[in-house]
Amino acid sequence: MGLSGQKVTLRYTIAAEDFISAGEASSHVKKTLNKLGISHELVKRFTIAMYEAEINTVIHANGGEAYVEITPEKLMVRISDNGPGISDIEKAMMEGWSTAPEHISEMGFGAGMGLPNMKRYADELAVESEVGVGTVVTITVYLS
Amino acid sequence: MVSSYNPILLLRGELMLVRDIIKTLDAEILTGEENLDLDIKSGCGADLMSDVMAFVKDNVILLTGLINVQGVRTAEMMDIKVICFVRGKQPTEQIIELAKSKGITILCTKNPMFIACGLLYKAGLTGRGVWD
Repeated sequence: MGLSGQKVTLRYTIAAEDFISAGEASSHVKKTLNKLGISHELVKRFTIAMYEAEINTVIHANGGEAYVEITPEKLMVRISDNGPGISDIEKAMMEGWSTAPEHISEMGFGAGMGLPNMKRYADELAVESEVGVGTVVTITVYLS
Repeated sequence: MVSSYNPILLLRGELMLVRDIIKTLDAEILTGEENLDLDIKSGCGADLMSDVMAFVKDNVILLTGLINVQGVRTAEMMDIKVICFVRGKQPTEQIIELAKSKGITILCTKNPMFIACGLLYKAGLTGRGVWD
């Protein structure tokens, strides 16, 4: 299996409030990218960023959807939800700023590292959000 | 109970085998025997998985008191092959099964986090688990 000029697309539904299965989409993407022979470093960066976004969707937004596009040029995932939206994206990008409820900390998350981690590992990160409507996070990692 | 195992000269260069980590921590292996001869370069002690993802590099053993499937998922994303649960915490069958399916070794030690990290450090596993 390899990427010979074609486009591979994957779609996932991220279940709400389901911490057991949270991360399954990212795990499947990681497996697929490894099978395609993409460099481990890039796979790691992309799937960590996607995993943080997936966890955010479970914590904040009653789940959502992930659409992944793999081309010879780049890896892209768009995660969208119908959650409460982010009122101040600039603040949300700061390490340590979080609105996650306390029980999330017991899961090892909710410490305000999600979006900063996505930014750390993505080549491009786009966050579009409207309060009361939802959030769309797009993560891109370039292959060349 | 703190391990009384004498860890001197377990290191080969700056690496430590998983089987030697087990002896040092007086740990039990619950799954992942195939990694017993894996070389570990450094350790990371953390309960916050986002911190693990922000800072940790390769060939690391993750020591954590966080017992849930997301610890295993984080290890999978980070290419971490060995997790050691500290403070005598026992993972559920579901956690063990997930780790098994991902080829991740699960260890358990009764030592608390500080002592577990200290024992490994004293045995010579002094590499930083995080990016400098």
